[in-house]
Amino acid sequence: MSEFLSKKSLKLLTDPLNDNNPITVQVLGICSALAVTVKVEPAIVMGISVMVVTAMANLIVSLLRNSIPDRIRIIVQLVIVAALVIIVDQVLKAYAYDVSKQLSVFVGLIITNCIIMGRLEAFALANKPGASFLDGIGNGLGYAVILIIIAVIRELFGAGTITLPGLGELHVVPQAFYDFGYKNNGLVILPPMALIVVGLIIWFQRAKNKGLIESK
Amino acid sequence: MKKDSNLYIFMYASIMVIIVAAVLSFTAETLKPIQKQNVKVEKIQNILSSVGIKSTKQNAEEMFDKYIPNNNRILINSKGEKVEGNAFNINLKIENSKAIDQRSLPLFIVNMDDGTKKTIVPLLGTGLWGPIWGYIAFEPDNNTIFGAIFDHKGETPGLGAEISKDWFQKPFKGKTIFEGDKFVSITVHKGGHGAAERAGDTKHGVDAISGGTITSKGLEKMVYESLEGYQSYFKENK
Repeated sequence: MSEFLSKKSLKLLTDPLNDNNPITVQVLGICSALAVTVKVEPAIVMGISVMVVTAMANLIVSLLRNSIPDRIRIIVQLVIVAALVIIVDQVLKAYAYDVSKQLSVFVGLIITNCIIMGRLEAFALANKPGASFLDGIGNGLGYAVILIIIAVIRELFGAGTITLPGLGELHVVPQAFYDFGYKNNGLVILPPMALIVVGLIIWFQRAKNKGLIESK
Repeated sequence: MKKDSNLYIFMYASIMVIIVAAVLSFTAETLKPIQKQNVKVEKIQNILSSVGIKSTKQNAEEMFDKYIPNNNRILINSKGEKVEGNAFNINLKIENSKAIDQRSLPLFIVNMDDGTKKTIVPLLGTGLWGPIWGYIAFEPDNNTIFGAIFDHKGETPGLGAEISKDWFQKPFKGKTIFEGDKFVSITVHKGGHGAAERAGDTKHGVDAISGGTITSKGLEKMVYESLEGYQSYFKENK
């Protein structure tokens, strides 16, 4: 347990949130970040799903790391990830049917999310289960945070609402704004704007943390 | 046993596959009843919303029983005669594969709040990527469309997927499927906004989706083929 709460473990959790964020620094998993960020609710559910899959896949692969034959390493990892994704998909279909319909194919596409395979190869195969699990949670969180930031910006400016699980669609832009001639920006809803928002976040992050800028 | 020997790899792979298969089938089987219920409730909500009745997940089944009681969910044949069975449980995919005069055609008769009776016909067809489906509600004259809703499994977002949007579905209201005594169904006109009007087809035509031509045409075909069998019933019950 002491190992669980040490500084090193904490770093595993917090690093991916900022200095080693899978989306903005490692630039992995961009595709789904663009696709499911039109509304906040699917972004949250997608973030949680990816977090569960990365954490569990990291844990399982780490537990098996000494027994996995090297030659079929990638296949074993894929089977584990695919199985976890199907379980997540089935659970969503049972308990969050509407969201699962919105996410449609993107839940299945978690399998191809580079973050997961990337963490399995880079971390889980060489580290103990506890640390791997935390690394998975951390990277999943890092992914989820960026997804949610993008989704909040897109839904707020694109539709004037924020959709939260359990609360439904909240109209956060007051009617008075619209009466004054304020209009929702349809461009924000379209995919290119997601890419631009990711770009802005990366810019902002690098401006604040000079250490991330590559030396020429 | 050596970790890189073929035997080890074979055994490892086989055991892994068996375990994974067991876990997956267990999950799928355990969650099946809940998923089925979700699908059922969604179907009810779709049917009700085609006549403009809003329902929530919780009260959907109750509302369904209130507006469309069990004996209003009927099956007919292509001659317009009632046959045995319940419209809600019919599998359209199987029925559509039969010849028209062999099909059992489902009908939902709605007792509206204003005392009128509207008729809902379920539709099933093929879009670009997979199945599309919907419900069309008719006024008591069984000719004028009162409301229509469509949905799809995986049409392209922003293009074919637009069939599930209000702007596409609204124009169906007020359109008629008979020209005199002739069944003409609904035509979907290509050419962007106002295409149906430019083609001079304001009675039986709606605008197609720009960039979603195959889905639009699939929808037109679905409406035609699904309604075809009801002609005699509709004519007799004007």
